[in-house]
Amino acid sequence: MKVLVPVKRVIDYNVKVRVKSDGSGVDLNNVKMAINPFDEIAVEEAVRLKEAGTATEVVVVSIGPKASQEVLRTALAVGADRAIHLESDAELEPLAVAKCLKQVVADEQPQLVICGKQAIDDDSNQTGQMLAALLGWPQGTFASEVLPEGDAIKVTREIDGGLETLQLNLPAVVTSDLRLNEPRYASLPNIMKAKKKPLDSKPVAELGLDVAPRLKAVNYAPPAARQGGIKVENVA
Amino acid sequence: MGSELHLLVAGEGCGAVAEAAAQVAGVNKVLVADNAAYGHQLAENLSTLIAELGKDYSHVVAPATTSGKNVMPRVAALLDVAQLSDIIAVEFENTFQRPIYAGNAIATVESLDPIKVITVRGTAFDAAAETGGAASVEAVAAVHDAGTSAFVGEEVAQSDRPELTAAKVVVSGGRGMGNGENFAILETLADKLGAAVGASRAAVDAGFVPNDMQVGQTGKIVAPELYIAVGISGAIQHLAGMKESKVIVAINKDDEAPIFQVADYGLVADLFEAVPELQSKL
Ligand SMILES: Cc1cc2nc3c(=O)[nH]c(=O)nc-3n(C[C@H](O)[C@H](O)[C@H](O)COP(=O)(O)OP(=O)(O)OC[C@H]3O[C@@H](n4cnc5c(N)ncnc54)[C@H](O)[C@@H]3O)c2cc1C
Ligand SMILES: Cc1cc2nc3c(=O)[nH]c(=O)nc-3n(C[C@H](O)[C@H](O)[C@H](O)COP(=O)(O)OP(=O)(O)OC[C@H]3O[C@@H](n4cnc5c(N)ncnc54)[C@H](O)[C@@H]3O)c2cc1C
Repeated sequence: MKVLVPVKRVIDYNVKVRVKSDGSGVDLNNVKMAINPFDEIAVEEAVRLKEAGTATEVVVVSIGPKASQEVLRTALAVGADRAIHLESDAELEPLAVAKCLKQVVADEQPQLVICGKQAIDDDSNQTGQMLAALLGWPQGTFASEVLPEGDAIKVTREIDGGLETLQLNLPAVVTSDLRLNEPRYASLPNIMKAKKKPLDSKPVAELGLDVAPRLKAVNYAPPAARQGGIKVENVA
Repeated sequence: MGSELHLLVAGEGCGAVAEAAAQVAGVNKVLVADNAAYGHQLAENLSTLIAELGKDYSHVVAPATTSGKNVMPRVAALLDVAQLSDIIAVEFENTFQRPIYAGNAIATVESLDPIKVITVRGTAFDAAAETGGAASVEAVAAVHDAGTSAFVGEEVAQSDRPELTAAKVVVSGGRGMGNGENFAILETLADKLGAAVGASRAAVDAGFVPNDMQVGQTGKIVAPELYIAVGISGAIQHLAGMKESKVIVAINKDDEAPIFQVADYGLVADLFEAVPELQSKL
């Protein structure tokens, strides 16, 4: 089984973002960027499926500016085989990203796509579900366990009331929750090796898809500030 | 938004829910899709139904719960429109506010699509009155069964305590609790206060408590009258889930812990002494 993992370059989760004073956006200048933590988990899961002999190849794909190639190299360093970069300097919304990914799926024919459940910048939690809808595939979102069983997979999902298990026919889309696994660190030799793994890049514009924005950002504002309160001496 | 309000109740054996929905103030019509295909709210089946019905509406709205988040992006993609996640305010019928970057920025976004598919953050709006309405109830005959997914089983926590996102008081524990057994002291406190019990990701990852208790950017969003954070440092991802609470109390032995920057009342103390003491004074 071939596995495709979309990975997004986002602001590092330790960074506290600030809204620009003119309300035009969020200040991303000189801010540390990294692979979206949920995508790190998705890559790890795919690599484990390969190590277990279930997956034959792990392909990672990122859509974004040239610098997105950094997160693809990160994914290659932890064990992905090959990377695809779809270059776009425009801000693509989840629907547009899902349309691009559908095209990649048509070219690559994976049996399983593992997305992150949400990207920690825009917090949309949409792309995987949209991709599944466009492909007409079943979906297992917010997964904390994925068990391949022949032509199907069993997915345990983190839901509001607890856990739910679904059986999905392959091909399918899964989105990773935090407890799916604990991602490994890339070793230095593997980081070096990753530099030689194949990475193809082409502009999103070449796909000829409708990726025009459907939303217009009117304004960005910081949330209402909370004043720190008092420290009390005891519980009384 | 909109001039008329219709509710869709989809499920298996959901007649009683539909009757109750018809009583909700402000509702004009309740559509009932009662079929085994919708029994476990499988996204593949439900999204096809909602997209088919949704073609005739200006807004298609669901709560930002795990089931809303599971189904609505699929609906939006089938309708070829964007989806707006987790809105916290409606400015105009096409303009909404939503938090991004773990709540560190609030974006005001205008939708350019003919149909707005939206998930709503429950804690940001008042609930409609459960009575006072007299909507008509209409059956929906359409049955969509994709046949690509099946429900296998579930483990749902049973609790007599109030539901986390609806509770007036929430007591949450973090890694500082040390282990799962120690959560008993928070449960006793919660029972005295009529509170729900929550947790940080660290406490869930360490296996102290189940995943459905996680409060935060990637867990549940709560906004109770009173939030008591015990042994929680106050990472931005945790704050994203609770900083809209009216009053925040923090108990932490580290006086530098970031939780104190948002707490109305902070107590620098060992929780294993402070919590029992607090309880004895209630
Ligand atoms: C109003 C608005 C304003 C925006 N402003 C900005 C801005 O100022 N700067 C900016 O850079 N972007 C901006 N964007 C774009 C936005 O940050 C996201 O790229 C886009 O909306 C996807 O949402 P998400 O990342 O939350 O997706 P989610 O649905 O949360 O992502 C889930 C998963 O989908 C996959 N995925 C998502 N995007 C990609 C990708 N590009 N490549 C590969 N896999 C992917 C990953 O597996 C990810 O874990 C804006 C979008 C909107 C709607
Ligand atoms: C992508 C992503 C998503 C995340 N989503 C979430 C989320 O939704 N929710 C969430 O909570 N976190 C989330 N996190 C994790 C978050 O970054 C923190 O790691 C986590 O919140 C820390 O939990 P904690 O405060 O319990 O643990 P710690 O940071 O370890 O803090 C424990 C605290 O307990 C105190 N303490 C210890 N012993 C005692 C004692 N005896 N008495 C009093 N105080 C004591 C310590 O002083 C310390 O401040 C996410 C992280 C990432 C990367």
